[in-house]
Amino acid sequence: MRTRFWRQRTNIISATLTLIASLLLTGCFGNDEEDWNGKNISGLMPELEFDLINSQGKSVSGDDYSGRVRMLFFGFTSCPDVCPTALQKLNQVTSGLDPELQDEVLTLFVSVDPKRDTPERLAKYVDFFGDNIVGLTGKEPQLRELAKRYRTTFGYDEPDADGNYAVSHSSAIYVFDREGNPRLLMRPDLSGEEIRHDLAALIQEDA
Amino acid sequence: MSLLDYLLPYDFSPLTILSYMLVMGFYGVGLIRMPEQDRPGSLRIFAFTLGVLICYAVMQTRFDYYAQYMFFVHRGQHLILHHIGPILIALSNPLPVMRFWFAKISPGWRHTLRPLGWVYNVLQQPFIALFLFVGLIYFWLWPSIHFDAMLSRDLYWVMNWSMLLDGLLFWWLIFDPRPPAITSSLGYGRRMLVLAAAGVLQMFLGAWIVFSRDMVYDVYEVCGRAWPLDPEVDQLLGGMLTYIPPAMMSILGILLMLRRAMHQDGKYTNQSKQLEETAS
Repeated sequence: MRTRFWRQRTNIISATLTLIASLLLTGCFGNDEEDWNGKNISGLMPELEFDLINSQGKSVSGDDYSGRVRMLFFGFTSCPDVCPTALQKLNQVTSGLDPELQDEVLTLFVSVDPKRDTPERLAKYVDFFGDNIVGLTGKEPQLRELAKRYRTTFGYDEPDADGNYAVSHSSAIYVFDREGNPRLLMRPDLSGEEIRHDLAALIQEDA
Repeated sequence: MSLLDYLLPYDFSPLTILSYMLVMGFYGVGLIRMPEQDRPGSLRIFAFTLGVLICYAVMQTRFDYYAQYMFFVHRGQHLILHHIGPILIALSNPLPVMRFWFAKISPGWRHTLRPLGWVYNVLQQPFIALFLFVGLIYFWLWPSIHFDAMLSRDLYWVMNWSMLLDGLLFWWLIFDPRPPAITSSLGYGRRMLVLAAAGVLQMFLGAWIVFSRDMVYDVYEVCGRAWPLDPEVDQLLGGMLTYIPPAMMSILGILLMLRRAMHQDGKYTNQSKQLEETAS
C-alpha cells in the first residue's frame, strides 16, 4: 500500500517538475528593452581588450581607443568582396550620422593576414574608407588570441601559382560601447540605416 | 601544427581536467584496492576507460576547436558526450567500484550527502529523465539559444557539461545492470518505452535540420568556419548526425533490453513468489 501511495506521489512530483522546467525554458526567450537591429551580446562576451600594432607600426591596446563606441571587424586587405563592402557600408553609416556624433564612433579593422598586410599597406587601405577607422594587425599568435576571445577564427587557403591566397574570417561586426563592454553583433546583411539606428542609440545612451 | 598541438586543449579548462583526473584516479585506485572477486573484467575496464577518454578528447583537445567552428563537428561532439561516451561507461558497469568507495564514506558524511540521493531519485523518474534527455537536445539546438551558446564561453561550457552529465544519468537509468525483478531499478518494459520515445523525438529534430532549406544555425556563418565548407553541407551533415546515430542507438538499446528481459524471464519468479508469500 505504501509503495503504491509513493508511486502516485512521484507521478505528481514529476508532473509538477516538468511544468516548472517548461516555464523556466520559455522564460528564457526575448526580454530585450531596446529595439536593436543587431544581436544583443551584452554579457555573452568579454570586454574589448587586445594587444596589436596599428598602421603606424606602434603597439596598441584596447585602452588606447576607449571613450568611443567601437566597431571591431576582422578581414584582410586583399579581400575581394566581404571586407570592402562592409567597410564601405560602415563608412557611409558613420558619415551619415549627425556631425557631432561622428567622432564618437571608431571602426577597428583587424587584418588577420599579417604576412601580406604590412602597417604601410594597412594604412593606405583604411585611409580609403574614411577618417573614423583604424587599421590594426599583429603577429599570428596575437591575432589568434583576439579571435579566440571573440569566439571566431580565421584560416588561410593554399596559395595559387601567383602566391595569392584567400583568407576565411568572421563576417560579423562586433560593437562595443564607450566603456568597452560588448553590446551588439551586426551581421553583414544589415542595411546601413539599421546599423546607424543602433549606433546612434549606443552613442546617445550615456553621453 | 605538431602532434602536441592536436592533443593539447584548445580552450583550457582546469575544472574539466581536474574532474577527469579525479574520475580516472578514483576508478584506478578502487580497482587496485578492491577485493579480487568484485573486480570488473578487463573488457569492462577497457569500456569504461574508452568512454571517459573519448569524452575527454572531444572537450580538451584540438577536436574542441573544430567543434566550435563547424556545426557538424559540434554535433559529433554532442553525440559522444550525450550518447557514445555515457553508453560505454554505463555498459562497463562501474557499480562495484562505486560500492567500494561508498563503503569508505563515514556515516556522518553519508547522512549529509542524502539530499544528493533524493535529487538523483527525482531525476531518475522515467518521465523526468526522458524530458531532460530530449529537452536538453532541443534546448541547446533552439536556434537563438544555440547562437548564444556558441558566442559565450561560459554558456558553451555549461552546454557541454550539461550534455555529458545528463547523458550519464540517462544511460545509467537505461543500462542499470541490477535486475528490476529484485531491485529498485527501472523495469525493462519502461526502459524500452523511454528509449523508443527518446528515439522518435530525436528523429523529429534531426529530420527538421536535415530537410531545412534555410540556414538554421548561422552562427558558424557569422563567426567563421574552421575551413571553407559549404554551409548547406555543414548543416546537412550536422542534421544527419542528430537524426541517424541517436535513432540507431535507441533501437540497439531496446534490443539489448529485450535480450536481458528474455534472459531473466522466469529467473526471479520463484523468489518473488516467496516474497509475496512471506509478505501476506
